[in-house]
Amino acid sequence: MVRLWILLFIAFIIYTFFVYNDSGNRNPNDSIPDRQSLAGWKTWQEKNCQSCHQIYGLGGYMGPDLTNVASEPAKGDIYLRTFIKFGTGKMPNFNLNDSEVTNLVAFLKWIDKSGKSRVPKEKVTWSGSYNLEN
Amino acid sequence: MRNFLRLYIVSALCLLLATLVFGLLASWAFLYPETYNQFLPFYQLRPFHVSAALFWIISGATASILYYKNDEFSITKWNHIAERLFIFSWLGTIVVIFICYGLKKFGGREYWEFPPVLCAPLLISWLLLMVSYFIPWLKSAGNKPMYVWMWSTGIFFFLITFIEQNLWQIPWFRSSYLREMSVQWKSNGAMSGAWNQMIYGLSLFLMVKVSGNEKLAQGKTVFFFYMLGLSNLMFNWGHHVYNVPTSSWIRDTSYIISMTEWVFLIKMIQNFKNTLEERRRLRHLITYRFIIAGEFWVFMNLLLALAMSVPAINRYTHGTHITVAHAMGTTIGINTMILLASFSYMLGIDNKNAATRKTISINYWISQYSLIVFWLSLIVAGVIKGYMSTALNLTNFQEIMKPVIPALKMVSLSGIGLVISLGTIAAIYIYHTIYFRKEVNR
Repeated sequence: MVRLWILLFIAFIIYTFFVYNDSGNRNPNDSIPDRQSLAGWKTWQEKNCQSCHQIYGLGGYMGPDLTNVASEPAKGDIYLRTFIKFGTGKMPNFNLNDSEVTNLVAFLKWIDKSGKSRVPKEKVTWSGSYNLEN
Repeated sequence: MRNFLRLYIVSALCLLLATLVFGLLASWAFLYPETYNQFLPFYQLRPFHVSAALFWIISGATASILYYKNDEFSITKWNHIAERLFIFSWLGTIVVIFICYGLKKFGGREYWEFPPVLCAPLLISWLLLMVSYFIPWLKSAGNKPMYVWMWSTGIFFFLITFIEQNLWQIPWFRSSYLREMSVQWKSNGAMSGAWNQMIYGLSLFLMVKVSGNEKLAQGKTVFFFYMLGLSNLMFNWGHHVYNVPTSSWIRDTSYIISMTEWVFLIKMIQNFKNTLEERRRLRHLITYRFIIAGEFWVFMNLLLALAMSVPAINRYTHGTHITVAHAMGTTIGINTMILLASFSYMLGIDNKNAATRKTISINYWISQYSLIVFWLSLIVAGVIKGYMSTALNLTNFQEIMKPVIPALKMVSLSGIGLVISLGTIAAIYIYHTIYFRKEVNR
């Protein structure tokens, strides 16, 4: 039993190494974040935005998924800034200063470049899995 | 029962009460945000609810293991000291976490929204638990029953996954959003597998004790299912990030491993037929009833998990309330039921007076029916959202959510039933823990 357990655990360590290595930067658009995006990421966590919003379908259910909000044709920079700055009836006003708003917008733009949240029908393969690599 | 363990059990049950109350308040804040935003917004209530639930499950499981381990290992004075230090530092950190939420101080990520510096005392606490558990474990000789292996696996992998959960603080992990997200959900997925090992181990322990059949925790079959569970803990987390554009092999590995869950499902159906006589013999026991409730919810959630594990189906369910149904179904239906079974056995609830047993029995049934309505309403909400956003390809969030709201009102309504029934049971168990006199079952 112990031998089998150790073998499985070694397999888990090797697998973990490959997951760490292969999960990032596969997509050429998944770029390294600049200082503003990192600051926006910090604000995102400090204001607990994930409790209401999703990114890649992960997070809260109260507001919309924001993965690709920055590239939606009907919504641009001003739209994003206004929402973040003043909130809405449903979304509270977090009293963010201008630089925090700018950082959050930079963070959302950076995420947007990493990929699409929704999987198009044509990406589903015969096995029921997806192929998102090309 | 030692006083500090008594304190730990009472605290765990208080966390269950907090989970229920904050959950109900959060559901109202979700439905009526304009009102709640003025004093207790949803973004503040959700971490209260989620963290209380998480700490209820982990604290409930470790409290049970700390209590039962005295049957399995010989314990020294030093183990008790480490155990006591664990309990005080663990509970102390949880109190600080709730104060942070009260002050709107966040900074972590989903499920662990508190300022990340508080992960350090949690880690130290866990190491103390490991000292108090593994030193006597290593000293004890002979073959250990499978439930001891399951407890040990759960405790060990919680440490691994907790560390992995905090790797985001190393800049390399933040150099890619896709990597950061994958690692976050790899650790979250495996962590729920870790606490499930502890809790399923408790369920097996209770089955052995209630039925008096030691063979249940020995032999090749139970070993095979333990190994299968361990493989799922390690490799079956990918359904969280199927839609994240990482390497295909990561998605496909999880997909293949998740399909081994069919074996669990088939085994459960076989077991159901074989244990009908035993069910009739033991059904009057409250401990046994909670175990059976746990098994029922394992079956229901396994069906849901199998569906969600197929990427082509996950495309419709991901990001909808079906995910919430799965999370709530497992944490309330499986984890909470088994932990209540464990506390029932520990406190000797089946030997209490008829009025106490009747009150628990009535509330048991209210909780089961409320949970069925709660769970199905979440699935309905998810199906509507999945259909609107994926099948109809709608993008306007308000338009998508409009038909979902009635189902969510049903969730909130059935939540009242859960708060009353599970809250009453928790209050009875708190009373009996405080006035615990005799270790009836031992």
